[in-house]
Amino acid sequence: MSKFMLIMRATPEAVAAFAEADFTEVIAAMGAYNESMLKAGVMVGGDGLAPEPGLVVSFDETPPVVTDGPYGETKELFNGFWVLEVPTIEEAAEWARRAPLTPGNKIEVRRITGPDDFPADNEWIQKEEEWRANGYSPTE
Amino acid sequence: MAGERVLPDGVTARRAVEAVWRIESARIVATLTRFTGDFALAEDIAQEALAEALASWPRAGVPANPGAWLVAVGKRRAIDGWRRDAARDVRYAALARELGEADAAAAASSTPPWDPDAIDDDVLRLVFIACHPVLSREASIALTLRTVAGLSTEAIARAFLVPVATVQQRIVRAKKTLSAAAVPFEVPPRDEYPARLSAVLSVVYLIFNEGYAAASGAEWMRADLAREALRLGRVLAELVPREPEAHGLVALMEFLVARFPARLSAAGEPVLLADQDRSRWDRMLIARGRAALARADSLGRGRGAYGLQAAIAECHDVAPSVGETDWGRIVVLYEALGRIAPSPVVELNRAVAVSQAEGLATALRIVDSLAASGSLAGYGLLPSVRGELLTRLGRTDEARAEFEKAIALTSNEREHAVLVAKVRAL
Repeated sequence: MSKFMLIMRATPEAVAAFAEADFTEVIAAMGAYNESMLKAGVMVGGDGLAPEPGLVVSFDETPPVVTDGPYGETKELFNGFWVLEVPTIEEAAEWARRAPLTPGNKIEVRRITGPDDFPADNEWIQKEEEWRANGYSPTE
Repeated sequence: MAGERVLPDGVTARRAVEAVWRIESARIVATLTRFTGDFALAEDIAQEALAEALASWPRAGVPANPGAWLVAVGKRRAIDGWRRDAARDVRYAALARELGEADAAAAASSTPPWDPDAIDDDVLRLVFIACHPVLSREASIALTLRTVAGLSTEAIARAFLVPVATVQQRIVRAKKTLSAAAVPFEVPPRDEYPARLSAVLSVVYLIFNEGYAAASGAEWMRADLAREALRLGRVLAELVPREPEAHGLVALMEFLVARFPARLSAAGEPVLLADQDRSRWDRMLIARGRAALARADSLGRGRGAYGLQAAIAECHDVAPSVGETDWGRIVVLYEALGRIAPSPVVELNRAVAVSQAEGLATALRIVDSLAASGSLAGYGLLPSVRGELLTRLGRTDEARAEFEKAIALTSNEREHAVLVAKVRAL
């Protein structure tokens, strides 16, 4: 089993269309989708990002520069994610295919790294693991 | 920039089909069982549909509604079979034609190929068939993993360290047994329900234990098997949300899987509960376990054997250290467990808790009477626990003798190593 992140991205047009859609319907469709993954025992997390524009910190210059967008090259806005725990990336993608989304939206499916991806004897990796297990509250 | 379209070649098609099957197998087989009225036939035609998907999807791509596609192919196979049997019966021909048209449409649409309001009940009926008491435990395990959890025969064989042919045989034989017994596609009647549900839960727990008991570095596949059982348990609990023991079992598994990250040392050696780095326990799973146990309790029917075991696991999971564990509560929970599910193993565990809560002498008396009863003869944990108590009482020579007995009884390499280390430390 691995954890995968389903990263939802949308074009500005899709975001605008979303804003005009019937909110109750959108919530119902998304709720039913999430419930189907919960009942299948695969969904372990997720969140949405607020639609108002954010800030962008760019490292193209030293020191880094903070701007209020636009997002440069990026034509698609990252607006939410799910975390699933499933055995294969194909299964994560198959769940992604079922999301109630419209044209202009994309879901990128990426594996989330686990302890096996890093040297087990590294002090920082060990600390990271402890922090994660404790919901990022500091440990002794 | 658009990425390359992942056209399913042989390998990716198989993985795409497997992915769909993992998500939909239970609903597909349940739907086909309802359609044909015959579980064994439904399982066969579902497998045929899978094979057809493997042949067709690399060319045609994965259909918009893969579940509907598989159900449609399965139904067609069933009708072909009936038609052969019925010697070109015109009624079947007409049925096949109608169905072919309807299902082609269904596979392209987004409508599920089953009745959304009834499908959970049908899946539950399927679970009850797979775990039917006419089947051996091994057969139920194989059938449940294949039809309900959607694992391939190969994956089941890998997880249980047996040849693929063995799993295939178990499934074939199980289907024959079910047909011979004319097992109905139904939720068991009220008078049978508690026993039948407990059979289902025990199949899930057996799968879990198979993975849990062996979950160590070299056998990582089996830790996955335990996680698979947890996933099955979560699904099951949603099918029978009013059953406290289903939630109790989920809670127990969540609490035990939470400790997986700390069960092995960096060198891949097993780490005993007392020595585990508790900061590595998965807090999210512990929270899920507590939520599941609270759900079981909220049904107001008291705790069963799984609920009690979950509550014991919870005591450990929420304690910062062995010393700060609420051993008194664990003793009480073991007493309750011993009353509803009496077993010498539970008694032995109670003795361990008593040694922490009340004292070594009391604990040793429990263990001694267990030893005298002979009910745990040949069980390595008995001398192992006795050796531990004697060590702490300073009776080193007796302790050594007990550990030697335990060493002679274990076939598990890692357990062996732990015991040898204990002797050395005396």
